[in-house]
Amino acid sequence: MAKVLEGLYYAESHEYVRVEGEFGFIGITDYAQEQLGNVVYVDMPEVDDAVTAGDDFGAVESVKAASDLVAPVSGTVVEVNTALEDQPELINQDAFANWIIKVKLDDTAELDSLMDATAYAAHCEA
Amino acid sequence: MENKRTCLYDRHVALGALISPFGGFDMPIQYSGIIDEHNAVRKACGVFDVSHMGEVMVSGPDAERYVQHIFTNDISGAPVGKIYYGLMLYPSGGAVDDLLVYKMADNRFLLVINAANIDKDVAWMQQHTEGFAVNVDNQSERYGQLAVQGPEAEQVVEQVLGLPCSELAFYTFKETEHDGEPILISRTGYTGEDGFEIYGAPDYIVRTWDRLVASGRAKPCGLGCRDTLRFEVGLPLYGDELSENITPIEAGLGLFVKTDKPDFIGRDAVLAQKNGGLSRKIVGIELTGRAIPRHGYDVEADGKVVGSVTTGYQSISTGKSVCMALVDIDHAKLGTPLQVRIHRKLHDGVVTKKRFYEKNYKK
Repeated sequence: MAKVLEGLYYAESHEYVRVEGEFGFIGITDYAQEQLGNVVYVDMPEVDDAVTAGDDFGAVESVKAASDLVAPVSGTVVEVNTALEDQPELINQDAFANWIIKVKLDDTAELDSLMDATAYAAHCEA
Repeated sequence: MENKRTCLYDRHVALGALISPFGGFDMPIQYSGIIDEHNAVRKACGVFDVSHMGEVMVSGPDAERYVQHIFTNDISGAPVGKIYYGLMLYPSGGAVDDLLVYKMADNRFLLVINAANIDKDVAWMQQHTEGFAVNVDNQSERYGQLAVQGPEAEQVVEQVLGLPCSELAFYTFKETEHDGEPILISRTGYTGEDGFEIYGAPDYIVRTWDRLVASGRAKPCGLGCRDTLRFEVGLPLYGDELSENITPIEAGLGLFVKTDKPDFIGRDAVLAQKNGGLSRKIVGIELTGRAIPRHGYDVEADGKVVGSVTTGYQSISTGKSVCMALVDIDHAKLGTPLQVRIHRKLHDGVVTKKRFYEKNYKK
């Protein structure tokens, strides 16, 4: 069974947001990495890029296919997880510890439209 | 339409395979993981369910003359037991399919075709029998097929199955009895490694799969790594490097198109291309970065689209991001700088050989 952590916000497209103050750490869920299999490349935006809720901001690639990363919230990229450039497999090892981008949130009200852990776990079961 | 299942479908489910549609069948894509399975075939031995492949028996007094008419390779004078790779072409030179021809007897040939093309190929073959005393019989449902591939394949087949195969030369086969059943075994495959393909009745194929998997010496391998393996050694896949719009000359398969034969369907078109009329061809491209080129992505030069990726991966054996691509002939020379557009950004690359990893056949 895939892990689902309490206290995070989840999107239907299997990204999560971990909020710390005015910042959000965005990554893909454990369920998503299980579905993808071996992650071999992460296409990430650059610092200072704007991301918009509902739009692509990059891609996570398994051996077989590329899956778009969809921003669960809007904001400005303040940091990308450069460790993933050389070790994309970290996402398979621990998807929640290995976030992909850190953004300065435009509007924390956007978080209200995302799922909590219980709702997301149910979403994965469905 | 509901997908077909091979005789091994229940085994795949029991092994926890990820199953996806391929060529009209629900097929296992991976079991333990594509990278793990890929490496098993490169270093030891893997077993694939390839029962989805189609088998068509062509027989009759004119069987050889008929195969010569629809097939690009030259089978004249072939001994029984020999196998030829080649293509069936449209008059335009585009590919109906690529296939293997097994010479079973002087007047009988087994044609092994791609699963996705079975209906189309059989119809094509039947449309072109006029003037030939020949019978075209689609026997695809009658055969299951296993591919045992890797440097240890010969030992595994002989020791685990007790099926002698070391005397078989590359691209030859024998019909024999094994485990009380008539079977066919050939030294062929689609991985760039030594290996064998075993054809038999579905019940026999299930028993044989079970023996191989239970031995622990042949790792169950899915179509995911079958694709990464064939890609690394530059083998084409129909639908990617070959299609009704891509000729074998464009795909670099001229060796298997014998235009010195007086007649076969598509000959005029491919002869013109062989004689200098080639406007595009399939090349290899190696990228400098790690971004992964995928089927359908644009290939660009000087801001213009000059081609399209046919298959691309981060090579499991070498770690490099590489692809095959169909590009305009002006950009096809080895060493030509090209760019591939991946997720909206252009990534630098250079034209290389299509073979990204050396084949390891035992000939």
